[in-house]
Amino acid sequence: MTPRITDLAGIGFDQGAQVILRRELALLPPGGRLGVTGTHDALVVHLAAWCRREGHALTVPPDGDPVEPGTPGGPVRAWIVPGPATRMRWAGGERAGGVDPSQVVSRPAAHWGLAARGALVEPGGPPAPFDLDRKEVVWADLAPALYAQAAARQWDPATAIEWDCVFELPAEVEAAVVQVMTYLVENEQAALVVPARLLARVHPHFREVTQLLAVQAADEARHIEVFTRRATLRGEELGTSSAGGRASLTSLLAEPDFSLASFLLSVLGEGTFLNLLSFLGRYAPDPVTRRIAALAHQDEARHVAFGVAHLAEQSRRDPAFRGRLRGAIERRHDVLADTAGINEDVLDALTLLAAGSWSPRAIADGHAAVQRLQAEMFDGRRNRLVRLGFPADEATELSALHTRNFM
Amino acid sequence: MTLLMGAVAYDAKVVTIWSGFRAWLRRHGLPFDFVLYSHYERQVEDLIAGRIHAAWNSPLAWVRARRLGEARGEPVRPLVMRDTDCDLRSVVVVRADSGIDTVADLKGEAVGAGAVDSPQATLLPLRHLRELGAAVEARLFQVGVGLHGDHVGGERDAARALLAGEVAAACVLDANHLLFTQEGTLPAGSTRILTMTDPYDHCNMTIATSAPSDLVEEFGALLTGMSYADPEVRPLLDLEGLTEWRPGRATGYAALEAAVDATGFYDASGRVTATAYDP
Repeated sequence: MTPRITDLAGIGFDQGAQVILRRELALLPPGGRLGVTGTHDALVVHLAAWCRREGHALTVPPDGDPVEPGTPGGPVRAWIVPGPATRMRWAGGERAGGVDPSQVVSRPAAHWGLAARGALVEPGGPPAPFDLDRKEVVWADLAPALYAQAAARQWDPATAIEWDCVFELPAEVEAAVVQVMTYLVENEQAALVVPARLLARVHPHFREVTQLLAVQAADEARHIEVFTRRATLRGEELGTSSAGGRASLTSLLAEPDFSLASFLLSVLGEGTFLNLLSFLGRYAPDPVTRRIAALAHQDEARHVAFGVAHLAEQSRRDPAFRGRLRGAIERRHDVLADTAGINEDVLDALTLLAAGSWSPRAIADGHAAVQRLQAEMFDGRRNRLVRLGFPADEATELSALHTRNFM
Repeated sequence: MTLLMGAVAYDAKVVTIWSGFRAWLRRHGLPFDFVLYSHYERQVEDLIAGRIHAAWNSPLAWVRARRLGEARGEPVRPLVMRDTDCDLRSVVVVRADSGIDTVADLKGEAVGAGAVDSPQATLLPLRHLRELGAAVEARLFQVGVGLHGDHVGGERDAARALLAGEVAAACVLDANHLLFTQEGTLPAGSTRILTMTDPYDHCNMTIATSAPSDLVEEFGALLTGMSYADPEVRPLLDLEGLTEWRPGRATGYAALEAAVDATGFYDASGRVTATAYDP
């Protein structure tokens, strides 16, 4: 066998000689040895130290070994016979599934941890603390497409909204907008915390799910920003936050189960909010509020779509799953039974926004509009429950048990 | 009975390494435990006094243990060592542009070395220079005295002093010269190797005569049986800096024995005779 010889020229280990040597050693046939030529002053000393550390055997011919005429680099200054350490490190290596979403595995190993899906994983290492590690619990086939859509539709709060457009509102109408914004902020804070907490528990193997949850949390961060900015566009004082509203939102944080948390937040809560944001798009008294309602609606619709897709897949696989969903609604209803529900200031503000003025006739119209809103919310929830496989009568019953706080 | 080993806590990772090895050894049926020492002298004294059965010894600690053991009629032996403990060299480096081309040019110059008790950065290279006839002024960079040079800080300080022009040459382990050039402590092309020692051996697992032979043999067999392919021990082997344990040998310490004698570091019976050495 013709020995393989590499010429390092004047390059030493202080300039990356080891990179060349690793490549050359990897190309050696089994049982082969690598001759090294080069002129760096410390080459042989550093070769000896490097080979010792890497577990390679090194032979240094006292006067160098001649090479065939025409071979660049002069005599061979040292011969390396690679040791088994590199091979042994990867002997039990395995692919962490495949990079394509179709190659997601049912249950990724805990020690794959933060490795990229599809990477060759060295055995060993600490088990990563991701308890949501079963495909059937977290995955939805729609997740990759939804993530791509979410990434493509990110908007910049600084430029997507014409903050300095000119409008004037009566003080009480402005106060109603501020009250609604104050309410939206606290709801969106819950909607940020829930996916963020779940995200930290999902095995990174389910990359598109974690990406989607991350964008969902980022969406909510943006919503919090624009709602706050609209609330303070004309003044510094925010509206009220009721104990009952906060009790309802806090109950969302208590659900540890991925699917049930997703159900309560995305399918029921954010689903209900789609109607609220449409209502604001219709009745908001100024272009800034209408615009931010439309942008938030676009994002929330995506959150609802993932929740429904994920849960519909589970429901199809396991009809008994619907019993768990029902239980989650009932538990939350029971927890909230003794709380006041939605902040009355919010309902009054929504009524005034739909009314447009304080005239009794206008208020009556506004009141009717808010009643229609609540009916639409009810119908929307019921329809989504039907899509999850609930019979119509049961969907109607469960829709009625949803929190009066909307989210 | 439990086989008790001593190790010197020169770095926090020593706890990780030996706690990991302890768990592995015990799971493989060896009753094993370890104690940590703050410096090598007490570890060697306890080994010879029979308070521990084995000591994970620096080369200098091996020299002292051998002398103490023989003086008391209880000779010690090296059980195993790392593959990376075999055939090390120390190098004496100068600034590339210094104009110092031969060892003779170092005459009267300040030469940076490690701690007083560092075999690789002080005892061995300074003896090497003396053997070559160079009368130099050794300037010690005393980091981790008592750790027998395990702490790399002294060598790094010597290398920095060389670059700063405070010393004309610096003594470092070949592997540390490689490390310093790769990490940038010594920029590419900034230094030149003036001379180097012959190969010598580094650490070994030293066994006391009084140690229970069956447990010792099992200990040696388990260590040499550790495989780099085992994902449980590989991180520990990486931390300890080896890819395999090899049978110990006592043949690589002659130069250090001579350096110890030349400097009067220990006497023939293993007493510490070095002045100003207070680990």
